[in-house]
Amino acid sequence: MDQYELLSGNEAIARGAYEAGVKVAAAYPGTPSTEILENVAHYQRIQSQWAPNEKVALEVCIGASIAGARALAAMKHVGVNVAADPLLTFSYTGVNGGMVLVSADDPEMHSSQNEQDNRYFGLLAKIPVLEPSDSQEAKDFTMQALELSERFDTPVILRTTTRVNHAKSLVKIGEPQDMVVKDYEKNPAKYVMTPANAKGRHTVVEARRKALTEFAAETSLNRVELGDRRIGFITAGISYQYLKEIMPEASFLKLGLLWPLNEKLIRTFAAQVERVIVVEELEPVLETQIKAMGVAVSGKDIIPREGELSEEILRKALDIKPFERSFASAQALPVRPPILCPGCGHRGIFYTLKKMGLHVSGDIGCYALGSAPPFGCLDTTICMGASITGAFGMELARGEEFARKCVAVIGDSTFFHSGITGLVDLVYNKGFGTVLILDNSITAMTGHQDNPGTGKDVKGMPAPKISIEKLVESIGVNRIQVVDPFDLKHCEQVLREELAAPEVSVVIVRRPCALYVRLKKPAFVVDAAACIGCKACLKLGCPAISVNGGKAHIDPLVCVGCGLCPQVCPKNAIQEAGENHD
Amino acid sequence: MTKDNPVNILIAGVGGQGTVLASKILGEVAKSAGYDVKQSEIHGMSQRGGSVVTHVRYGQKIYSPLVAAGNADVIMAFEELEALRYLPYLKKDGLLIVNQQQMLPMPVIAGNAQYPKDIVEEAGAMGAQVKASAASALALEQGDARAANVVLLGILSRHLEFPEERWLDAIRKTVKDKLVDMNLRAFEVGRRQ
Ligand SMILES: Cc1ncc(C[n+]2csc(CCOP(=O)(O)OP(=O)(O)O)c2C)c(N)n1
Repeated sequence: MDQYELLSGNEAIARGAYEAGVKVAAAYPGTPSTEILENVAHYQRIQSQWAPNEKVALEVCIGASIAGARALAAMKHVGVNVAADPLLTFSYTGVNGGMVLVSADDPEMHSSQNEQDNRYFGLLAKIPVLEPSDSQEAKDFTMQALELSERFDTPVILRTTTRVNHAKSLVKIGEPQDMVVKDYEKNPAKYVMTPANAKGRHTVVEARRKALTEFAAETSLNRVELGDRRIGFITAGISYQYLKEIMPEASFLKLGLLWPLNEKLIRTFAAQVERVIVVEELEPVLETQIKAMGVAVSGKDIIPREGELSEEILRKALDIKPFERSFASAQALPVRPPILCPGCGHRGIFYTLKKMGLHVSGDIGCYALGSAPPFGCLDTTICMGASITGAFGMELARGEEFARKCVAVIGDSTFFHSGITGLVDLVYNKGFGTVLILDNSITAMTGHQDNPGTGKDVKGMPAPKISIEKLVESIGVNRIQVVDPFDLKHCEQVLREELAAPEVSVVIVRRPCALYVRLKKPAFVVDAAACIGCKACLKLGCPAISVNGGKAHIDPLVCVGCGLCPQVCPKNAIQEAGENHD
Repeated sequence: MTKDNPVNILIAGVGGQGTVLASKILGEVAKSAGYDVKQSEIHGMSQRGGSVVTHVRYGQKIYSPLVAAGNADVIMAFEELEALRYLPYLKKDGLLIVNQQQMLPMPVIAGNAQYPKDIVEEAGAMGAQVKASAASALALEQGDARAANVVLLGILSRHLEFPEERWLDAIRKTVKDKLVDMNLRAFEVGRRQ
């Protein structure tokens, strides 16, 4: 009997890589892509690695592919920006072993800083883009992508969105193929992209585009479902599922291969229905190309361009009766934004930065929550690595005085990802800046992945642990201090020293992530007689502390005993449990 | 709930409360009964103590992994404010199962907002079918407050078509070995509610 499992899109992609005989897989974590490599790493025969960033991950896979193995790289949408340089030239060289790049896009920005539409990378790099609409397709398309890659000598993008990566549906489990490593022969005309060779390869890429365009007419990746001819939808990915939910009887051209498109396929479909609507999340990528063919369709005139789609949004756009909403509270409902966890080391440092009134050039990680109340500390958050460089630019724009009131904050994983080159720039170009490396010794935001500083690899095996201190020192930073963010006085004192110093300083703020290495200290308690209800402790933004009836209260189930609140209480009203005598 | 229409269940809570495990067990039960199943959740940022929701749908054929607002047969809420937040998802004759627990969100802690009052009463007064239970406290009696998710599943199980044995199998299959006994007890407690 066939075996089915309930898998997330990410688990299914990992399964597909395994069944298709992938030998090398590399990724940098990023929601919603992270679980792909985590699951790939469970298959012992696959060489898996967390790379320090996406460019590195892709380049490792490029090398593996050229050397003859099948390879998979996975990253979130903005990660492809980091990897874009190798990607666009890898398009020219083509592959030897099949290579698939998973781009996990995040419409609605559930966990992202923008909602760019990476289908455009297909047009830009001239490489095929496949988009699955559920977990079964996630697995099948991963396998087909690797075959296509070898057949057409091209890397292939598997583009997913959060609702496919993180939704679970049934997947048929298959037998793994043998892992084949093809012969490798040195071939400079194909793999050494000097201008002369690249010219030759560009011609090959154009021929490939034509061949793929013809393939798009015959492949089962694209599917016509003719039903009621009054409306024909051209759609792909999760939008297809929403539409089938609403109008299962309509006609569909369901695309699995999103680039290149085949004009005849689209014209034939359009001719069979009265009205064609292109339904796609985010940008009018399909619509623009279809309109350029001269086919009349509607699309973004009725379908929103921002955020993700949903059954509700599509019902509205298509003028279909919505579900009745019978219940809504009459009370104002407070939002529940994400917060720094109890015991988080970032709390101590943001409390200090806020107290000192500093400008903060921010970065991406859990510490982006330093922008939320009660801290509101961050001046900027742009992309991974931009904290150090951004602070340097501010310093150049506004002068040394400004630099004395400004710090860059960057996490350990982010420092390895793309902070190092910024620090090199700051030292080399004689800046003054103060850089705080918030070292919680894990990649926390994305769910605790190891990184070059943690001493473990993706399979949890011991690995060389790269020392941030030594790295920073070797770049030429003379002033390096290490502080514990649970020691507020020391943090402030060190920051004052380093901000005053007329050269680059690095302060390593070190405390393991509280979710990863659990603190097991007893909860603190408030001595109600001593508490004056001044709310100084609330400035820590700790979920364990609230003030009720003029007195602070610490929830013993939430408190992990980090010891920050006794340091900020002006009346010594917060004590370790057992200290007071009740 | 009939077998012909998809069954739509929403599980709402606060990041870290174990909504994901609950949806996993429920998904396993529906799958083992031969249904098509889809479920959707969001990992990432919101897990840091934020509001989280998981959608579970099963039936003969399921397309969308998301429950549409106004179309949930059951909402299973791990926290009272989150119950109220997702109530517009409930069908007119749907059922709200709510853990009687209040976790203050940061705006309330910081004194910038008020925690809503009499949530269970308000939901009932609107005409919703409500089943409230002190699931966290009941779970604590069984050894661990975090098993509140399985207590709530026990309550839910009384309203779905699956035989008890399927639930117990799914729990055995899903939770860590050393926690199986405690979770089975928590499930029984919920089922007797
Ligand atoms: C180019 C890019 N890749 C990946 C991500 C996803 N991402 C956001 S923060 C982060 C890791 C942050 O880890 P670290 O710097 O150690 O900070 P922590 O969360 O541990 O505080 C990742 C991988 C991203 N936003 N951009």
